[in-house]
Amino acid sequence: MSADADVNVSRPLACEGLVMGKEGVAALVDVLIRRGFTVVGPTARDGAIVLAELRSADELPYGWGVELEAGRYRLRERFDGAAFANAAGPQSWKSFLHPARVREWSADRVDGGLVITADQAAPPRYAFLGVRPCDLRAIAVQDRVLTGGAYRDSGYEGRRSGALLIVVECTEPGATCFCVSMGTGPAAGPGYDLVMTEVADEDGHRFWIRSGSREGSEILAELPARPADPETRETARAGVTAAADRMGRTMPEADLRELMAGTLDAPRWDDVAGRCLTCGNCTMVCPTCFCTTTEDVTDLTGDHAERWRLWDSCFDLAFSQLHGGPVRASSRSRYRQWMTHKLGTWYDQFGSSGCVGCGRCIVWCPVGIDITEEAAALHDWTQSRTPATESERG
Amino acid sequence: MTTVPPPLPYRVAGTSAETADTRSIELVPAGRALPPFAPGQFAMIYAFGVGEVPVSASALRGRHGGLVHTVRAVGAVSAALCRLRPGDNVGLSGPYGTGWDLEAAVGHDVLIVAGGIGLAPLRPVVHAVLDRQAAYGPLAVLVGARTPADLVYRDEIASWSGRVRVEVTVDRPAPGWRGAVGVVTALLDRLDLRPDRTCALVCGPEVMMRHTARALVSRGVVPQRVQVSLERTMHCATGHCGHCQLGPLLLCRDGPVVGYDRVAHLLLVREL
Ligand SMILES: Cc1cc2nc3c(=O)[nH]c(=O)nc-3n(C[C@H](O)[C@H](O)[C@H](O)COP(=O)(O)OP(=O)(O)OC[C@H]3O[C@@H](n4cnc5c(N)ncnc54)[C@H](O)[C@@H]3O)c2cc1C
Ligand code: SF4
Ligand code: SF4
Ligand code: FES
Repeated sequence: MSADADVNVSRPLACEGLVMGKEGVAALVDVLIRRGFTVVGPTARDGAIVLAELRSADELPYGWGVELEAGRYRLRERFDGAAFANAAGPQSWKSFLHPARVREWSADRVDGGLVITADQAAPPRYAFLGVRPCDLRAIAVQDRVLTGGAYRDSGYEGRRSGALLIVVECTEPGATCFCVSMGTGPAAGPGYDLVMTEVADEDGHRFWIRSGSREGSEILAELPARPADPETRETARAGVTAAADRMGRTMPEADLRELMAGTLDAPRWDDVAGRCLTCGNCTMVCPTCFCTTTEDVTDLTGDHAERWRLWDSCFDLAFSQLHGGPVRASSRSRYRQWMTHKLGTWYDQFGSSGCVGCGRCIVWCPVGIDITEEAAALHDWTQSRTPATESERG
Repeated sequence: MTTVPPPLPYRVAGTSAETADTRSIELVPAGRALPPFAPGQFAMIYAFGVGEVPVSASALRGRHGGLVHTVRAVGAVSAALCRLRPGDNVGLSGPYGTGWDLEAAVGHDVLIVAGGIGLAPLRPVVHAVLDRQAAYGPLAVLVGARTPADLVYRDEIASWSGRVRVEVTVDRPAPGWRGAVGVVTALLDRLDLRPDRTCALVCGPEVMMRHTARALVSRGVVPQRVQVSLERTMHCATGHCGHCQLGPLLLCRDGPVVGYDRVAHLLLVREL
């Protein structure tokens, strides 16, 4: 940082923020690593934007955008060189905060007794770089599920409480995005440590950055940045506002919880069941799906056993297995369980929607089933059944 | 709020065969003890290296002062639990779930309707009512079993006679069976039910609970005073694994015991 560089004068800058160029993002990654964080962010790999540990900001997907459609995902080159102008990829932060496979405890037979030991491996301190506003909300949803009830998942809590969240507001929604409908984006909601808005125009490639926590402010103070100029702020805000008008999908304007509770016997479930392969892809890519199963294993001595917890899916036939067979044997009932939980009963159980409108389930469904289209069809069905419409039809 | 604890080691203090495939096992803490269980609550019992399953407490204080569970061997874990011998160890956690609302039954006639092993989570209710008999009206227990040989707690049931009205029916009689044959709801006809004073507690297969609850309501028992204990797959018992959902309910948290008024409409939806 040069001697005359404009540096942090904390209060006014806290709301107006700072502006920095690509070198600021490079410095950010370096500062985070120096502070002991495991930095995880997007990078272009194997034809997709994936989340991976970053050693430097060079690994960010500068110049890569994505093309999304139901059942379709393509990388596309961008000529503005933007790093964060790509909507949700196949993974979410769930892979790090609520990993697919976790050892919970182990049990040992010792002198005729049983000793059970909780797994206490210290989690890495993550810094998540490039969190979308919808995914920020998804993390809040998982927080409520895993730490907001009578019991806290201590493993999740350990990984989560140490994590630093650096949000990048959305200026480039995908054709499958509908965060506006769900009230989760494209502007960032509360809960971040730092938030950036990326601008790449004739005035240059720059990032408007603000802090949302004390640690965020401390890190911001170490970056080569200048106070935000009004033009950059305006352009950044306009980009986010425009994104809100460019969502590819939208949910029907209805009380979704009521819609789900009132359509459990709708014929549409048979229709979607005819297309759904019950592969469970939608649950694996969803940033809020939290269901798990347990696996108990022993080693060769037979005196040491371990308890593992694995992601599970309500599309799996064994998911609802009771003595005598599965409760949800048909694909109709399994798709219905998934969608009515996401959009309806999640409110009853955890006080919010289980869907944040990221569109991943639409993109990664091999047959292109679209949750917004299914909700719209259910909504149409209820409308066609109301007496008013009936009499209009004569 | 508590952090999900790993199971605590418990030692088998005694076992007894109830039927050919069902055993009661009494567990005492090998070290630290779990908080006390209430009737209708359940434990997760871990069979070393095999797995962990939910099992209701079938008596809160057994002969050795421990917690009693009655397990029917239907698969790997339950069979491992039925093979346990005194001195063996298991992992135990709990108490989990919402049990029977016995306060709601105070001052009422108490009607227990059980199908098969469904009598296990209701047995602590019988004990609690007999302990405080003055607080409740008459107690009646209706039991349905597949065959006479599948009837659990046979000796204990006999010991209740005089203080509890017990009626047993079987699906398939065996030679020498002189009792009733048929579904448990038919036994309701034998009772002089006082619907406005009755609190009913029902546990058994879901169809049986649905028919019983419906029959009781059609006779005038208010749905809020019919409690049912529902079953779904459970892997965590702490609201984190998602397996035990019944529509809006997480049965490990909001159940297993629920008022029929809350679930009557859900029980009508196939494959929910
Ligand atoms: C609240 C509650 C109380 C219960 N109380 C009793 C009781 O007092 N006595 C008794 O004998 N049984 C009771 N059960 C049923 C008992 O938990 C199941 O019979 C047991 O889990 C079957 O497991 P298993 O491995 O022996 O059977 P398996 O047949 O080997 O299991 C096969 C599959 O069934 C699944 N499975 C079936 N039922 C359940 C379940 N309820 N939870 C988790 N997984 C299940 C497992 O996932 C497994 O993959 C209770 C169940 C619940 C939910
Ligand atoms: S249900 Fe689909 S759109 Fe909603 S949060 Fe999950 S993956 Fe995203
Ligand atoms: S909706 Fe699509 S992704 Fe989900 S289980 Fe069905 S086929 Fe798979
Ligand atoms: S048993 Fe896991 S959520 Fe209820």
